[in-house]
Amino acid sequence: MWEYTDKVKDHFMHPRNVGELKDANAVGETGSLNCGDALKLFLKVDENERIVDASFMTFGCASAVASSSALTEIVKGMTLDEAAKVTNGDIADYLGGLPKEKMHCSVMGKSALQKAIADYRGIQIMEKPGEMVCECFEVTDLEIIDAVKANGLETTEDVTNYLKAGGGCGKCLDRIEEVIASVKAEG
Amino acid sequence: MNVIYTDNNATTRVADEVIEEMLPFFGGFYGNPSSMHTFGDRVGKKIRQARQKVADLIHADPDEIIFTSCGTESDNSAVFSALNAYPDKKRIITSNVEHPAILNLFKYLRDKKGYDVVLVPVDKKGDLDLDLLYDSLSDDTAIVSLMWANNETGVIFPIPEIAEKVTEKGILFHTDAVQAAGKIPIDVRAAHVDMLSLSGHKIHAPKGIGVLYVKKGMKFFPYLIGGHQEKGRRGGTENTVSIIGLGKACELAAQQLPIMNTQVKELRDYLQSQLLEKIPGVSVNGDLENRLPNTLSIGFDAVEGESILLMLDKEGICASSGSACTSGSLDPSHVLMAMEVPFKSAHGTIRFSLSHYNTKEEMDHIVKTMVSAIETLRAMSPFWKDGKLV
Repeated sequence: MWEYTDKVKDHFMHPRNVGELKDANAVGETGSLNCGDALKLFLKVDENERIVDASFMTFGCASAVASSSALTEIVKGMTLDEAAKVTNGDIADYLGGLPKEKMHCSVMGKSALQKAIADYRGIQIMEKPGEMVCECFEVTDLEIIDAVKANGLETTEDVTNYLKAGGGCGKCLDRIEEVIASVKAEG
Repeated sequence: MNVIYTDNNATTRVADEVIEEMLPFFGGFYGNPSSMHTFGDRVGKKIRQARQKVADLIHADPDEIIFTSCGTESDNSAVFSALNAYPDKKRIITSNVEHPAILNLFKYLRDKKGYDVVLVPVDKKGDLDLDLLYDSLSDDTAIVSLMWANNETGVIFPIPEIAEKVTEKGILFHTDAVQAAGKIPIDVRAAHVDMLSLSGHKIHAPKGIGVLYVKKGMKFFPYLIGGHQEKGRRGGTENTVSIIGLGKACELAAQQLPIMNTQVKELRDYLQSQLLEKIPGVSVNGDLENRLPNTLSIGFDAVEGESILLMLDKEGICASSGSACTSGSLDPSHVLMAMEVPFKSAHGTIRFSLSHYNTKEEMDHIVKTMVSAIETLRAMSPFWKDGKLV
């Protein structure tokens, strides 16, 4: 059984802000049924770009639900500029930590938030910039580079825990190692 | 809170009768069964009786029973023995839905030792592709190892039919019968198997005790080399207390086999029908006819297994999931993937595995809890709207 913090358990059993926000003016979706995790984040943003309400719908495990619930609590009251700086680490910290194998749930939260902000601002996010590395979970080299830099990831296992990349057929593990090495070489 | 235990394919409660049988041998009767004194032989005698009871359960001869530490050791011992018996044969065959004790061993033998591994696939019902299996048999095949019943779905492979065809060609046949024992009748002679694995903790004996049946007259190469124990086929001082417990458990399993196939099966079918009736978007995994009487693998669309398990756990209900998130891997179970169970229900698959200790009242409580849990999770799922998958 996973060792979840009391806060993860609380946010799973009593998730805050569940359901579709009818008057949302920013929506961000990430994940898929095939992946086993998906999050649809709804934000209501006022004319000063302040998030006045947030809600979510999530398909996934306890960490995914808790991360989604935590995300909505974190961003309520923030301006979009402030929200744009929220990291997956902030979500995990808010919950008192997540098992390392479940860090991808917090990454999913950050991704949905970025998409919702872009949705509000009418910015077209190129779905998958960069070169596709992991075909199973559709993860690009740029996503891996970002995750490695932001979280100080050292190994392919770390990358899998954060992004799922390499967790399927495993054919991309060598390529992931190359990407990690390239980040390390950059210093 | 009372625990409702429906995870018997993971492990079972040690039967009270088994504990009673074992207790004296934790205390006063601590002699070494190999010793040349009456005090030690008191234990030796109990081990001989236990060996007979294990043999009786599978219609073997006591000399054909080797006590091991677990099912995994039995599986590994069988395969390594076969490879040592036929060092020039480089093909080994199994299925793609085996327990990791076989599947990971075969992958190791392929990747590190260069064996030509054939993983015979299953169809959507979890039944083995027999034509492909038979076509794979060659003069170069050292061993075919197939589970008798699948731990996740309960699907039963036709082992007697397969073993006869395999052994007719002079190829060794091993079966991992860890899940089948105590649930369906096993007769090693009628089944034509050369080697067979059992595990104590799946049949109400303690953890840490297993059995390898090795057909009389067969060449056997020990995996654990040491003293003369088990006729030199498995060194190491016997796990005497557990062996004695296992003997009792086998005796009980033989007596309870009819109950498993009537009362327990009826309870399982009741649970299945209630879940199908009361919850939409539900599908049962595996061959419904050709299945262990105690096992129900059932998938719930648009929800994830770990979340369901935690809600069951809150009510004291123990079950298992085929979900990735419970295992630390990322894909749902290899068994469900091999059966091409759609992702929509594979991620939300729960395994209930019953025993004769379960009651109808418990099944009703499970159904009530499941209805509530699935409703709660679907209310927050982006893939479920207006009573259906979107």
